[in-house]
Amino acid sequence: MINMKRRTFLKGTVAAGAVGTAVGAGLLTPRMVMAAWPSAAFEAKSVDSVLDTLLGSHELEGSDKISIRAPDIAENGAVVPVSVTTEIANPESISIVAEKNATPLTASFLLGAGAEGFVSTRIKMGQTSSVIAVVKADGKIYSTGKEVKVTIGGCGG
Amino acid sequence: MASIKIRANVEGNVTTVKALISHPMETGQRKDSKTGQLIPAHFIQEVTCEHNGKAVMTALWGPAISKNPYLSFKFAGAKSGDTLKLSWVDNKGESDSAETKVS
Repeated sequence: MINMKRRTFLKGTVAAGAVGTAVGAGLLTPRMVMAAWPSAAFEAKSVDSVLDTLLGSHELEGSDKISIRAPDIAENGAVVPVSVTTEIANPESISIVAEKNATPLTASFLLGAGAEGFVSTRIKMGQTSSVIAVVKADGKIYSTGKEVKVTIGGCGG
Repeated sequence: MASIKIRANVEGNVTTVKALISHPMETGQRKDSKTGQLIPAHFIQEVTCEHNGKAVMTALWGPAISKNPYLSFKFAGAKSGDTLKLSWVDNKGESDSAETKVS
């Protein structure tokens, strides 16, 4: 009788140990570490849903204080240089959206204190589409767009 | 792993930071031309730049940033000789960082 109890006790301990290890391993996956990365916004398929998930609204206010520099014709869609400059005071973030990409959001730059309203990077574009620069400042969302013609797409292939 | 080239120049009160990172930036939509299999997504998700330990810019990136990404931005308040630290993390949990002095 005493022996039987000992068996049960051992089995129980081993099972609990295994569960503990599994939970520990699960917590260490990259996805959990990167909890801050807005995966829903990057997976969204339309410009409106990108802006809704990322910034909480898709009501854009056109602004002439944002200028976007990108080529009129991009020969290679895999590398399209895009620069965004804004004169809006205290910008919180600048996002770059390629309207007709399968997932339109390409990048969102969160600006800390002291950052100037300027970012520059290179993006991939699947096809001719407009590139939209979205600036968030003082709870409002401003934007400017520019059409970029793409001769060779850079997403599939 | 030296995957980052970074340069920071101060002019007046404004520092311009330029960085190049070597990274494949796979979208997960491309197929291997030999096997026809999809190449799994592998891209940088977050780039952070710190000036004297304070974040001045955090970039959240999707797979639509070009291979071997280029990044440039400007910020105020740094002076020559200050330390800038740039670090990135990708969707596989890999990461790297580099430091430079503002010149």
